[in-house]
Amino acid sequence: MTTVPVDEGIFTWPAAEPQLIGSRCEACGIVTFPSQSSCPRCASTAMAKHLLPRHGRLWAWTTQEFPPPSPPYAGPTGADFEPFVIGYVVLGDQIKIETRLVDVTPSDLSPGMEMELAVVPFRTDDGGNEIMTFAFRPVA
Amino acid sequence: MAANGMDVAIVGVGLHPFGRFPGVSAIEMGAIAVQRALADAGIEWRDVQFAFAGSYEVDNPDAVVALLGLTGIPFTDVYNGCATASSALTLAANTIRLGEHDLGVAVGMDKHLPGAFSADPQQYACPSWYGELGHFVTTKFFGMKINKYMHDNGITQDTLARVAAKGYRNGARNPNAFRRKPLSEEEILASPMLNYPLTQYMFCSPDEGAAAVVLCKAEHARRYTSTPIYLCASTVRTRRLGAFEVHSPWLPIEEAPSPTVDASRAAYEQAGIGPEDVDVVQLQDTDAGAEVIHLAENGFCADGEQEALVADGALEIDGRLPVNTDGGLIANGEPIGASGLRQVHEVVLQLRGQAGDRQVPGTPRVGYTQLYGAPGTAGVSILSR
Repeated sequence: MTTVPVDEGIFTWPAAEPQLIGSRCEACGIVTFPSQSSCPRCASTAMAKHLLPRHGRLWAWTTQEFPPPSPPYAGPTGADFEPFVIGYVVLGDQIKIETRLVDVTPSDLSPGMEMELAVVPFRTDDGGNEIMTFAFRPVA
Repeated sequence: MAANGMDVAIVGVGLHPFGRFPGVSAIEMGAIAVQRALADAGIEWRDVQFAFAGSYEVDNPDAVVALLGLTGIPFTDVYNGCATASSALTLAANTIRLGEHDLGVAVGMDKHLPGAFSADPQQYACPSWYGELGHFVTTKFFGMKINKYMHDNGITQDTLARVAAKGYRNGARNPNAFRRKPLSEEEILASPMLNYPLTQYMFCSPDEGAAAVVLCKAEHARRYTSTPIYLCASTVRTRRLGAFEVHSPWLPIEEAPSPTVDASRAAYEQAGIGPEDVDVVQLQDTDAGAEVIHLAENGFCADGEQEALVADGALEIDGRLPVNTDGGLIANGEPIGASGLRQVHEVVLQLRGQAGDRQVPGTPRVGYTQLYGAPGTAGVSILSR
């Protein structure tokens, strides 16, 4: 089976220690994810590629207990759907990232919990490729 | 006259009930709402000098003229997310303030399929993978926002159930509501969990309906009615960098208040009053948590005080601060284009003393409405007798 990322250019992979690929405004310093061509704070177009920290702390979360409307959702539906946990993780003093949270039980989550980036299987496409996505999981 | 913002009056309101109406088009519902608003104002469609129409599903809601009369007036269609109706109202009021016309109509109509709203993420400036992964879900944002808010401010899930139960209870008193069966807090908590801590019965549903208002230059109001309701403020605001908003793959470290806070402050300033002067309130309750958060965002309490306000019954029709007296979105559902004008319709009835079984006791003098939704847009209006 071939493994492919859900999109090119959003995380470094394959890599022993993958990182999310964002951008940083060279004028005001704001960090975005994914990368974008102009700055949402100061409108500068001087945006440089910026790799994000791999560790962060949990900021907010909820559960997704029903299959999201398809399209755009492309993951398993019907009997194959499994509820998942989703939240925001604060990466240092740079940015908050919205992400799936894996290897967690919702009742165990608490704000400020330390999390780390993981690249995990998301779905298998019609061609038999395993589509990989970024996620965060608690630091063991 | 024309004290603070008292230059535009609402002299007619009309509603097509909210719910599901197989075989009735959004345009037909819109026409019925306008005809009822015209009758309420005692005027004919040929008297109307301009109009604004809001809809999500209908590209050109001004096609309602096929049923009202092709009079050639300037008739502009607006869509602005969940604040569509506020936008139509604000534009209509400003047209009068500009002196361009003296008498106009704002109408909203929609006819949605059941189930959560969806769209192409790229139309919201989001990458396609955001939708593919299942992140492009509005209900999930509401779950996340209230879950964090509850943790930070000591609000319990029981309070969410009480707020939803109030919505259904008030809806049962409203002949135009979609959900007219009271539900107990236990039933609400026991319904399927959709996005923790929000269960199915804590959410509103997309549905169908239409609402319309007739507005005029305030000094002409008594030509049409003995009980004009003045539109003291009507504002629309969008998210600032740092606001915690729906459909955000990332957020900056810096934090900013929600656009509701900005729209609310601007509205109070325009009206020259404060939240303590408001007697009846309509808030965007996409879910019970949104009503809780919006109470604070609109200045009606401090963060965390909602727990006691709800427990004490302060938000009930006979309470100190009646909120969503017609059942709100929870009992009426959300036909996006019409939702905010449904709120205005309710406040106008309350201020006229015509709200029947759900009339707020005493003589409410000032009413307030607020809309909020994707992609981070809010609208507020303040009305007074």
